[in-house]
Amino acid sequence: MNKDLLISPENLVYTKPELMNDNHMHYCPGCSHGVVHKLIAEIIQELGMQEKTIGIAPVGCAVFAYNYIDIDWQEAAHGRAPALATATKRLLPDRMVFTYQGDGDLAAIGTAETIHAANRGENIAIIFINNGIYGMTGGQMAPTTLKDMKTSTSPEGRNTQTMGNPLKILDLLALLDGVCLATRVSVHTAAAVKKTKRMIRLAFENSMAGKGTSIVEVVSTCNSGWKMTPAQANDWMVENMFPVYPIGDLKNI
Amino acid sequence: MSEEIALMKGNEAIAHAAIRYGVDGYFGYPITPQSEIIETLMEEAPWKTTGMVVLQAESEVSAINMVYAGAACGKYAMTSSSSPGISLKQEGISYMAGAELPALIVNVQRGGPGLGTIQPSQADYFQTVKGGGHGDYKLITLAPNSVQEMADFVGLAFDLAFKYRNPSMILTDGVIGQMMEKVKLPAWRQRRTEQEIREQCPWATLGKTADRKPNIITSLELDSAAMEKNNERFQAKYREVEATEVRYEEVKCDDADYLLVAFGSAARICMKTIDLARKEGIKVGLLRPITLWPFPTKVLHSYGGKVKGMLTVELNAGQMVEDVRLAVNGQIPVSHYGRLGGIVPTPDGVLAALKEKMSI
Repeated sequence: MNKDLLISPENLVYTKPELMNDNHMHYCPGCSHGVVHKLIAEIIQELGMQEKTIGIAPVGCAVFAYNYIDIDWQEAAHGRAPALATATKRLLPDRMVFTYQGDGDLAAIGTAETIHAANRGENIAIIFINNGIYGMTGGQMAPTTLKDMKTSTSPEGRNTQTMGNPLKILDLLALLDGVCLATRVSVHTAAAVKKTKRMIRLAFENSMAGKGTSIVEVVSTCNSGWKMTPAQANDWMVENMFPVYPIGDLKNI
Repeated sequence: MSEEIALMKGNEAIAHAAIRYGVDGYFGYPITPQSEIIETLMEEAPWKTTGMVVLQAESEVSAINMVYAGAACGKYAMTSSSSPGISLKQEGISYMAGAELPALIVNVQRGGPGLGTIQPSQADYFQTVKGGGHGDYKLITLAPNSVQEMADFVGLAFDLAFKYRNPSMILTDGVIGQMMEKVKLPAWRQRRTEQEIREQCPWATLGKTADRKPNIITSLELDSAAMEKNNERFQAKYREVEATEVRYEEVKCDDADYLLVAFGSAARICMKTIDLARKEGIKVGLLRPITLWPFPTKVLHSYGGKVKGMLTVELNAGQMVEDVRLAVNGQIPVSHYGRLGGIVPTPDGVLAALKEKMSI
């Protein structure tokens, strides 16, 4: 059979979301970011919110998120994305505003901005990529790094006596009255990707319904930083990350 | 419409002027001696009238980043603080300069360093006009000397900020912020509509429409060659501001043998010193920089060929004096007199210093 005959609209089973452009992604092969970016682009498109969405990019691996999804973006200083999202949503209440942040950005340098935006119940969605490591700067310890996990700044493994414990910041955020959704998901299987899409979509819908702050923590891999193949990283995440950061809703009201 | 005259503090005048000018958002954190700004805004509740957003943030850091976002949306966004809080805002100010975002920051200075005192000071001059944050950037800086100018400079600061896509600062101090004076309140202006913002600020992140590419507000550019081009563009803008926007006031300079050079509250004190000196037959004038950046370099240089000496009077250990000396370039002696740590000089003290340092 001629392959050109196969390429026809009735045979289409998958397509790249229109909002994803053709810029070459800087993410490492096997990284979770690309999948989550695609989900966000699909959701914005499905909600018909292309002209009403403003994304806030972090400092970290996703610093260039604005290069890949064709919406308006603001690039925040490290950790300040929830402050930017707060002002943007307050000044433009009918816009859909979300932040996209990693664990260093959200749970270390931006802890105050995150907790207070959530405590005010800002009508924003926070997409939180937790891979337990600083990827962009080359694999240093993050607040979410696991006990005994080796990084370039914990070469003997994270000593919780001297380096603190893995920060379960979603558990803290779930306690706040301003938060309507605090959920942990992952993107390591097709089923998990579908679930994640549902939860990110719910977070966006919550923000437009004025229900308060929604946080979707995507427990993710960093196969480069973890020094593993993508497949090994997925297995390692299930075995080691999930017991500390269990998948599921902490709050969904 | 008849003039609206009121008696109020400088800090209160800033708040009223912001509402009347059609500011879209104020984001701040309490700190003495400027808390009346956010208190007045909360009392006036402009979200019920003009629709202005007023938000008390969790920190000065958060507040300046809210201003960054407001400016990124093309809105009139502002914050205010006092010296220790302004230090915290330097990160955001540098990012706004790098992302070319127009906004207003008000610094009601108090004595430092560190937690220092809550009394007035002008010791943040260097921080304001020489950088403060990281990178090669400039902050348009206005120095009011009265409650009237506190009110008038809110609009001027926004006009300049949006004209040049650059943050502006009103650099004032606890004297001007706390003292009460008669003020003619600025006229009411409508807040701009979203359509007007889209037309005036085509770069604003209001949501991508089908007819344009995404708007991305960022200061990041990893390609050094492109980043050098960005810096060259900023520098060209700064040279244009220096050529176009210098503002100053001359008081009794025509026949002066000596010039006092002072801004803000120190300039008010010098007004009295001029009278005291002239009663003693010493012809003294005052040159008051209104813009601290761009600095009135040319006019100071020209007075360097006319007067016998200059004395800068500052509530600091000698900061603006360096810029005056650069302007005068050795033509005549330039000295400094200042009080530190929240102490305000007296007119007599200024006159005594002038006589001593100029050997009159």
